[in-house]
Amino acid sequence: MNIYFAAFLSFFKIGTFTIGGGYAMIPLIEKEVVEVKRWLTKEDFLDIIALSQSLPGILAINVAIFVGYRLKGTRGSLVTALGTALPSFLIILLIAIFFESYKNNALVEAVFKGIRPAVVALIAVPVFNLAKAAKLTYKTFFIPCVAALFIWLLGISPIWVILVAGVGGFLYGKLKRKEHKE
Amino acid sequence: MIYWQLFYVFFKIGLFGFGGGYAMLSLIQHEVVERYSWLSATEFTDIVAISQMTPGPIGINSATYVGFSATNGVLGSLVATFAVVLPSFLLVLSLCYFFSKFRNNDNVKNTMQGLRLVVIGVIASAALLLMNKENFVDAIGWIIFAVAFFLCKFCKIHPILIIVLAGVVGGIIYG
Repeated sequence: MNIYFAAFLSFFKIGTFTIGGGYAMIPLIEKEVVEVKRWLTKEDFLDIIALSQSLPGILAINVAIFVGYRLKGTRGSLVTALGTALPSFLIILLIAIFFESYKNNALVEAVFKGIRPAVVALIAVPVFNLAKAAKLTYKTFFIPCVAALFIWLLGISPIWVILVAGVGGFLYGKLKRKEHKE
Repeated sequence: MIYWQLFYVFFKIGLFGFGGGYAMLSLIQHEVVERYSWLSATEFTDIVAISQMTPGPIGINSATYVGFSATNGVLGSLVATFAVVLPSFLLVLSLCYFFSKFRNNDNVKNTMQGLRLVVIGVIASAALLLMNKENFVDAIGWIIFAVAFFLCKFCKIHPILIIVLAGVVGGIIYG
């Protein structure tokens, strides 16, 4: 089979069958790319994951672009990214067309009234999981709190908060290393 | 022009969306709900629910949906989705061309450390902004929230199952 077609098919399959966001896709991509197709070694794949997580953007798309590039350069990356995005694009488009005409239905509205608070809970849970994973101390605890308050109450764009945090981390590290040398 | 705005907004979201899907949600919400009012807070919450139950990354799902509802057409979906993945292409490909030692760089590590802390707050703000009267119509809403939080955090129940259960409860109580 043509390598472009094979790569497209692999990522299209992964894009179609992973429910629950980008993180759920990573183990499937690993299985397909490392074990089934043997396009990359496990070490290479882990490097790609680490790099993709340090970059902005959709994780699964970043990984797909890296893998595609390693396979067949820029054209390979176009094929794998398209394969990853196309299933969600088509499914959501169908739902959007369908949902726009049903959302004023009384039963649909009632069901979504129940769903909305649950969705907010699903967004709140990772906050606590990430806070635990980051091992917040009494010194660092204020950073996420201030960030949340700025966005929530002052309406500051999260983009500014992210930029400031990145620059802050960068400068803090520079300072630390300079102190260390002296 | 709406298509240009969609492109600009989703390009920005792709470029600054550090820290995974939930952090990206906060950016999408800020631009799409608060700034441009393409969607109401409830519509946005509905899209998150739909994204959780359908395949694929939440960034693609929201871009496709918002693009469609902002323009009432497929072209809007295409523009928004293309725009949200374009920064990934530019960054990943230039990384492949120019830097092979990116990951072990101390500066990158420190920058990521700063981001990691702030992302927690960014996601928290998304949750806080969605805790409004439209999403929580009465006390039952808060009970659903508490139960869903408990089931997800402590019982590790799958998010899809939680959404389905909440939908059934909503259908019975409000229907």
